[in-house]
Amino acid sequence: MMNREELQAYLGTLGTMTFEEGGEWINLSVEAASFRDLMGTLRRDEQVWFDYLFCLTCVDWKTHLTMVYHLSSTRYRHTIVVKCKLDREDAKIPTVSDIWRTAEFHEREVYELFGVDFTGHPDLRLLILPEGWEGRNPLRKDFEDEVNMIKL
Amino acid sequence: MYSTTEQIGVNELGDMVINVGPQHPATHGVLHLVITLNGETIRKVEPHLGYIHRSIEKMCESLSYRQFIYSTSRMDYLSSHINNHTCAMAVEKGLQVEIPPRAEVIRVLMDELTRVASHILWWGALAMDVGAFTPFFHAFREREMINDIMEETCGARLTMNYMVPGGVMFDLHPNFQRRVKALLQQFRDKLDEYDELVTFNTIFINRTRGIGYISAEDAVSYGMSGPSARASGVSCDIRKIHPYGIYDKLQFNEVLMTEGDTYARYMVRMKEIRESLSIIEQLIDNIPEGDFQAKTKAVLKLPKGEYYARAETARGEFGVYIVSEGGMTPYRIKFRSPGFSNLSALDHMTRGSKIGDLVATMGSLDLVIPDIDR
Repeated sequence: MMNREELQAYLGTLGTMTFEEGGEWINLSVEAASFRDLMGTLRRDEQVWFDYLFCLTCVDWKTHLTMVYHLSSTRYRHTIVVKCKLDREDAKIPTVSDIWRTAEFHEREVYELFGVDFTGHPDLRLLILPEGWEGRNPLRKDFEDEVNMIKL
Repeated sequence: MYSTTEQIGVNELGDMVINVGPQHPATHGVLHLVITLNGETIRKVEPHLGYIHRSIEKMCESLSYRQFIYSTSRMDYLSSHINNHTCAMAVEKGLQVEIPPRAEVIRVLMDELTRVASHILWWGALAMDVGAFTPFFHAFREREMINDIMEETCGARLTMNYMVPGGVMFDLHPNFQRRVKALLQQFRDKLDEYDELVTFNTIFINRTRGIGYISAEDAVSYGMSGPSARASGVSCDIRKIHPYGIYDKLQFNEVLMTEGDTYARYMVRMKEIRESLSIIEQLIDNIPEGDFQAKTKAVLKLPKGEYYARAETARGEFGVYIVSEGGMTPYRIKFRSPGFSNLSALDHMTRGSKIGDLVATMGSLDLVIPDIDR
């Protein structure tokens, strides 16, 4: 079992990434181009073994979107947060649903609520929103619903 | 979503497509499953969600750090104390506030009472799913006692909203200890009765043993947590592996089974009731004196940053992810609900089994639909 510094040093050898200071867990950012390779490595590498994806979500920063993946290892009990910046107008990122099966549902949720396109996802359809819902993504910051939203 | 009638019928492969729900007694809420059947064998189960989606995450973006906690009682309404507790912990991480020991003990007592109440309601409901109606009334008899205890101290029976950042909202009611002890006494007798009624019942065992199997590896991959994952041998009790509150000072066991079937999930929850009662027993005479709430500012502001708190609800790992920009309201909140991930494994667990077993498998996952839809 590695401590935080050792884990961060080891993660640095697995690919190109930048680390964020502070936070409860190690936060690392990765480019969308090298994202999928890194996620595959994080899952399979015997030293880190991140087999449990417990939270997958997205944050709308108005200028860009950030995908946030919380990964944990049932073998070593360590946790990291992987982030990936996406273009707001053309939000696209490879799926991880074949690496962690739970991502299939979580990605469908992010797809409809944030409008992120997960390339390679086996079944990218609406999950929560009603059939025929088009275009507008409720959890984006510029979403407005004239009927149901109350402005204070 | 209203085009369900069009989906009923026989597809080009000769499979029959049927709908279970959205209003079906076995889904315990408005869950809609589209099931593809070959004869009686399930080929595919496809959940359609959102009938009770209120976009709580979006609402929370315009609520203050004191207010948003109340909306989480409306998610997993059978674990509302634990949901509130998790949110309070996430806010406390940002505020760097010390919780008085009395509040910590009260919180754990309430969490465990909630867990017991949730598990026995589930016990009655699962028995009803497989055709036994009597246990449901037995379960409600004991659950009623817990609800009365909650009502006395928190003023509510279901959506308690009792945990606040810094501690708990009110002090315990003077009757609390006496009532909890009476509850423990009653459970000592009744749990054996529960076992006689259901656990050792041949019909029940035949309906559940070997049904809805999932391996430990698949359970982890599907992000399962809570008793459903522990029945497959995945050690995932947040109270043990990432202790919060005073759980690291308490004596209790993480219940693990390896069979991974519906009966194992049943056994894990039955044993967890006893573990929770033992935790309550350890604490009920050792509630420290002192404040029940730390002093916090009237308007809470979290420093810029990200805060994540996780806790073990009756259904599994509940997580709160807060992104703060330093303002009075959270910039973004994500609730990681245990039911959502557990439900995603339902298709994998039921594929190839008979349609008659679907309800037992689904019941054993202990789904609470508002928790899934949020």
